[in-house]
Amino acid sequence: MKRILQRMAVLVLLAAGITWLVTGANRGWTKTSVVVKTLDPVTEIEGITYQKKFLPGLDFLGGSALVAALLGGTSLFFRKKNQPTQNQKQD
Amino acid sequence: MKLHPLIALSCLATAVHAAPETFDFKDPKGVNNAVFKLTAPLETIEGSASGISGTVSFDPENPAATTGKIVVAGKSLTVPNPMQREHMHSAKWLDVAKYPEITFAAESLANVKTETNVTTADVTGIFTLHGVSKKITAPIKLTYLADKLSAERPNLKGDLLVIRASFVINREDFNIQKGQFLDKVANTIDLSLSIAGAAIIK
Repeated sequence: MKRILQRMAVLVLLAAGITWLVTGANRGWTKTSVVVKTLDPVTEIEGITYQKKFLPGLDFLGGSALVAALLGGTSLFFRKKNQPTQNQKQD
Repeated sequence: MKLHPLIALSCLATAVHAAPETFDFKDPKGVNNAVFKLTAPLETIEGSASGISGTVSFDPENPAATTGKIVVAGKSLTVPNPMQREHMHSAKWLDVAKYPEITFAAESLANVKTETNVTTADVTGIFTLHGVSKKITAPIKLTYLADKLSAERPNLKGDLLVIRASFVINREDFNIQKGQFLDKVANTIDLSLSIAGAAIIK
């Protein structure tokens, strides 16, 4: 169990880091939409629309690190499988 | 003394042309927008509003006489972060349920300068936000586009009026979290408006 939790912690950290990098390493807050600007040819006003897109930010990285820390911390409550002692071997 | 009918007609035509036009800013294309910017830790918060309506009376022969009211629907204010958007609309911040409209009622124009179809001026009016009204003055640019409505909306004839304005407000002046979270959400908010209204000729 200890191993599983530790591996899960590493996986969460890696997955979050890779997702953050792949989506453009946004150093701001997480966004669920991005601005798309279009110029109106007649009025020359820059129209603003929002396109749905998940853009993880530093809060996403922080949250993932917290989850990984919790998993890692929980793993400390589990002991490693006991190796048979010398006496047990003799028995 | 009788007035020649042609002279009378020409006088009437001049009078009709000189009359101020009323421009409606309800925008079926959804291009009109108001942008707000404020500094915050991590990054500058930038959002916009699209729910814009209102009317402006504008006379191309006398731009200084421009008056009108622009209304922004509070619910249409948005930012790309959903949690920030929720907080912004909540009772603790803008309370859009209680104060659904942000308005600016233009009362007068000063320092009016007109070159061809573009007028720049300083507009003074009443800005209402979060239930608080304050008189403010801001630079404004009015661009009159005669007979251009059909290019925007086929089957309709008329004129367009493009308004651009930028100004700065302090959220504390409008009782928005007065004295609170100044380290997290700046007191100073930059606002800019880019809108086009139509005067339909029937």
